[in-house]
Amino acid sequence: VGHAVLAINGAEVNGRLTADGKDIMEFLGNPANYPVSIRFGRHRLSSNEKLMLASMFHSLFAIGSQLSPELGSSGIEMLETDTFKLHCFQTLTGIKFVVLADPKQTGIDSLLRKIYEIYSDFALKNPFYSLEMPIRCELFDQNLKLALEVAEKAGSFGPGS
Amino acid sequence: SRELFVLTYGALVAQLCKDYEKDEDVNTCLDRMGYGIGIRLIEDFLARSAVKKCRSYSETADMIAQVAFKMYLGVTPSVSCSSAAGNEFSLILDKNPLVDFVEELPAERASLCYCNLLCGVIRGALEMVHLSAEVTFLQDKLKGDAVTEIGIVFLKNTEDKKHKRN
Repeated sequence: VGHAVLAINGAEVNGRLTADGKDIMEFLGNPANYPVSIRFGRHRLSSNEKLMLASMFHSLFAIGSQLSPELGSSGIEMLETDTFKLHCFQTLTGIKFVVLADPKQTGIDSLLRKIYEIYSDFALKNPFYSLEMPIRCELFDQNLKLALEVAEKAGSFGPGS
Repeated sequence: SRELFVLTYGALVAQLCKDYEKDEDVNTCLDRMGYGIGIRLIEDFLARSAVKKCRSYSETADMIAQVAFKMYLGVTPSVSCSSAAGNEFSLILDKNPLVDFVEELPAERASLCYCNLLCGVIRGALEMVHLSAEVTFLQDKLKGDAVTEIGIVFLKNTEDKKHKRN
């Protein structure tokens, strides 16, 4: 429920078609193609969806810090649900780093700080990156991937986003 | 590599002097460049130093002098508060690595603020943590003063309740 087919026999799918252009349902319905390995997972969000959700979260965060019964609350640090945990780290400049992880995953705090370092190194120091725009820096992506792999191995195994 | 940085800075100032006739224009340009650096450098500073939020202007000035200057330029200016209101501070540098190879300003560039980039950097960095300030050179060894003094005047806070980022 809420999951979609991500890959068949190791090759990522493209909408309703497999990597080589066949319709998925047809492919799966044909016994001649068995045995077949199917990877399910949560649907990956598009960039626009991410932006929308992020701005929603930003407002909730602001509301959260105002509503807090404790004075001087810094805002939402963690949101826990049955299926995932959302961790948020806000810097002194107001930038928020949000990580969605498996509830059992540990070490997210240090991951968030590591991401902050990666951001300041590979996004900010890139002279062609404009502040507040989506980050499309190769080095940033590479180093981020590495940091996520390290965190995944260190904590218990779980998907990160 | 410190030398390369200092030489690069010198080349930058020299080129600006060729590009602009008036000293004020060069100073403005340096300040603007510094600002561009400052707004990005602040994240690097916060990420690496993991400092806590400063609770007062005085703490902020100390942080700039003792942690930031040390981290990026390897020197620690001394801080003094120069107003009763507690919002004006001076950073006194007796060693400034940027001017290592500069003896004195040329005669026709008497009002050039050679290190004005630093003022821009401080101003930009402070702005990103929601503190607006005026940063200028009050004294300059290159102009014959005894020490090099950077003045920071914290202005009324730019953030208001509605647009509070936290």
